[in-house]
Amino acid sequence: MSANPAASATSESAEPARNLLVARDVHKSFGQTEVLKGIDLTVTEGEVVALIGASGSGKTTFLRCINLLEEFEQGSITVDGDPVGYTDRGGSRRRLSEGRLAAQRARIGMVFQSFNLFPHMTAAQNVMLGLVKVKGMAKAEARSLADHWLARVGLADRADHHPYQLSGGQQQRVAIARAVAMDPRLILFDEVTSALDPELVSEVLGVMKDLAKSGMTMLVVSHEMLFVRDVATHVVFLDSGRIVEEGEPHAVFKNPKSDRLRAFLGRFTDIIGDITAR
Amino acid sequence: MQRTYLGELMKAKWSLLQGFITTMEISAIVIVIGLIAGMIGGLLLVYGPKPVRLLMRLYVDVLRGIPVLVLILFSYYGLALLGVNISAYTAGVVALAGFCSAHMSETFRGAIDSIPVGQTEAAKAIGLTFQQRFIYVLLPQAARRIVPPAINTAVEMVKGTTLLSIIGVLDVLLATQQTIARNYMVIEFYATAMLFYFVLNFTLSRMGAYFERRFGFIRY
Amino acid sequence: MTYNFNFSVIWRQFDVMLWGLGLGLLLAVISLAIGTVIGLVCGYAFRTNNKTLRGLVWGYVEFIRNEPLLLLIFFVYFGLPAIGIRFFDKYESFVITLSIYAGAYLTEVFRAGLTSVPERYVEAAKAIGLKPWQTQLYVVLPLTFRIVLPSLSNNLISLFKDTSLATAIAIPELTFTARQINANTYRVMEAWLTASLLYLATCYLIAIALRQIEKRYSVIK
Ligand SMILES: Nc1ncnc2c1ncn2[C@@H]1O[C@H](COP(=O)(O)OP(=O)(O)OP(=O)(O)O)[C@@H](O)[C@H]1O
Ligand SMILES: [Mg+2]
Repeated sequence: MSANPAASATSESAEPARNLLVARDVHKSFGQTEVLKGIDLTVTEGEVVALIGASGSGKTTFLRCINLLEEFEQGSITVDGDPVGYTDRGGSRRRLSEGRLAAQRARIGMVFQSFNLFPHMTAAQNVMLGLVKVKGMAKAEARSLADHWLARVGLADRADHHPYQLSGGQQQRVAIARAVAMDPRLILFDEVTSALDPELVSEVLGVMKDLAKSGMTMLVVSHEMLFVRDVATHVVFLDSGRIVEEGEPHAVFKNPKSDRLRAFLGRFTDIIGDITAR
Repeated sequence: MQRTYLGELMKAKWSLLQGFITTMEISAIVIVIGLIAGMIGGLLLVYGPKPVRLLMRLYVDVLRGIPVLVLILFSYYGLALLGVNISAYTAGVVALAGFCSAHMSETFRGAIDSIPVGQTEAAKAIGLTFQQRFIYVLLPQAARRIVPPAINTAVEMVKGTTLLSIIGVLDVLLATQQTIARNYMVIEFYATAMLFYFVLNFTLSRMGAYFERRFGFIRY
Repeated sequence: MTYNFNFSVIWRQFDVMLWGLGLGLLLAVISLAIGTVIGLVCGYAFRTNNKTLRGLVWGYVEFIRNEPLLLLIFFVYFGLPAIGIRFFDKYESFVITLSIYAGAYLTEVFRAGLTSVPERYVEAAKAIGLKPWQTQLYVVLPLTFRIVLPSLSNNLISLFKDTSLATAIAIPELTFTARQINANTYRVMEAWLTASLLYLATCYLIAIALRQIEKRYSVIK
């Protein structure tokens, strides 16, 4: 997979990009129904990987497995070389302690479809909580970092507002700032614009595009095909819990090999025209 | 001679039975009056002419803002002063019933208010009179929201009857205390009284839960 | 029959009544505080998988809620010393009783409050790497308190009214002082009217004050 050119431009060293996320044969069931049927995925540093697929194909579930919000029965996920969620002691697979899980989650950012800002805290406090309580940063330092990131997402003047005083798009940008400020190895985005009014979508996508340019490694579930085409370095098509097709977005969109992907893309081309046309 | 709990219980049985009858009687009277007055009060709070509505609101809020015990003592000493030759029993029942009516009125008001206006309009549209609308449309729907708080109030009233022991009404609590004064079996007889109140009130609460399930199908 | 009102006796003893009122308020606030701790602990106990623990808490709540407070007050004050459980004084005995009584009601309040914190906030807290206890302390508890604030206000008002029962063990709160004035001066109407109005006004003021606090903290729209 190719590294994000923007990322390699900013990185000083010439060594090959690291594998930040390696998922191997991940299986996950809810009761009797297997939702993930063996996912293999590698994301290298600086890449922006888009995860697309029909509703119910398992995109959210996969992201939640990476961030340990969901348990999975089989396979392994490593983030920056660190096996996530489970240990293999004496051949038996054991869930890590909640404390260890918390430490691992701190290194993986996540942005939710429904923002999930803490409603009793201001925007700045939302960003600061993890910095102070997880990273042990001093309050003043955390505050200036929070201000820095809120400014980066265009909300310098909203730092002391509570979530209910912010629009959906603003809330989602705060949520992004909250995730990024933790300086994670990797950020997971789960349909972060789906709950927004159409006119607010672009402000959030703009922030994400910015982040991608700065070299942040991102795994993005999105139905915004134009964003995927323009920003993703790699696109993965998930169907019924399996990766059916993947590759460079332009190539994948231009020549879908499977009928499933063709049908899936067809629904978008009906609305927005030919995705591959520049 | 060694005192035994059972022996003492037999000795006190008539006094305790008297207390039991009094407690049950007062509870029943108060709850029935409260339900009837509460239904009327609830209707007045919603549909009454403005002055009546305000007066009812005042009554409900005043009585709910004063401790029951104060109402009881007020009624006991105050009514006697009015020259009405009134027993502690009657004074107590008046106070408890007044208090119960205030709570029940508020319960009925809340329940009636929670029914969407569309229901009343639909009932009017098919030509039902006010009484018919209330009996066939409003009350059945309000029941789900009346029964749980009404049962709560009923339990509170049963508990409240013990306050009448303070003005000398011989209820279960006073009978228990008199028994204890005779035999000093403090724990045993207080525990007996506790068991009595628990069984009575627990049964009441379970009935509430049962009705809640029965009427649970009404949703809006 | 006419009754001639004469409030001068009341004015002479008004400070005693006010002290009684303050005492009742203090007893209510202390009991609410202890009851809140009991309610929180029991509320969390309800969320564990431990069936025995949940059964114990359920038993406590059901038992207390179905017992008359006056009986509990007598049981603790007269009954427990008979089996060797003694208290420092009647105040301690009363506060313990009222706290245990409040705890049963507040257990229900916090159990409902804790479950009504949306799971997505818990997930967001986990996602930034907060440990389970941190998630509870910084996210779940603050939200729970905001959710249950109206119930807490109602409970405080109820507890304040319940302190009138302390008169039964001769604690000089408002009802007790009114009874004394009633007995010593025969100014029956004046004594009970004043006591009633004081209770009413205090309940009303508590309600207004807490409504303001609720407004300030109700950030979940
Ligand atoms: N907690 C759960 N319990 C049971 N089944 C679940 C649960 N969460 C998800 N599923 C099922 O797992 C499947 C995959 O769900 P998932 O949310 O991962 O899909 P998705 O690709 O994110 O879909 P969407 O585009 O609608 O968000 C679905 O069939 C869903 O019904
Ligand atoms: Mg999803």
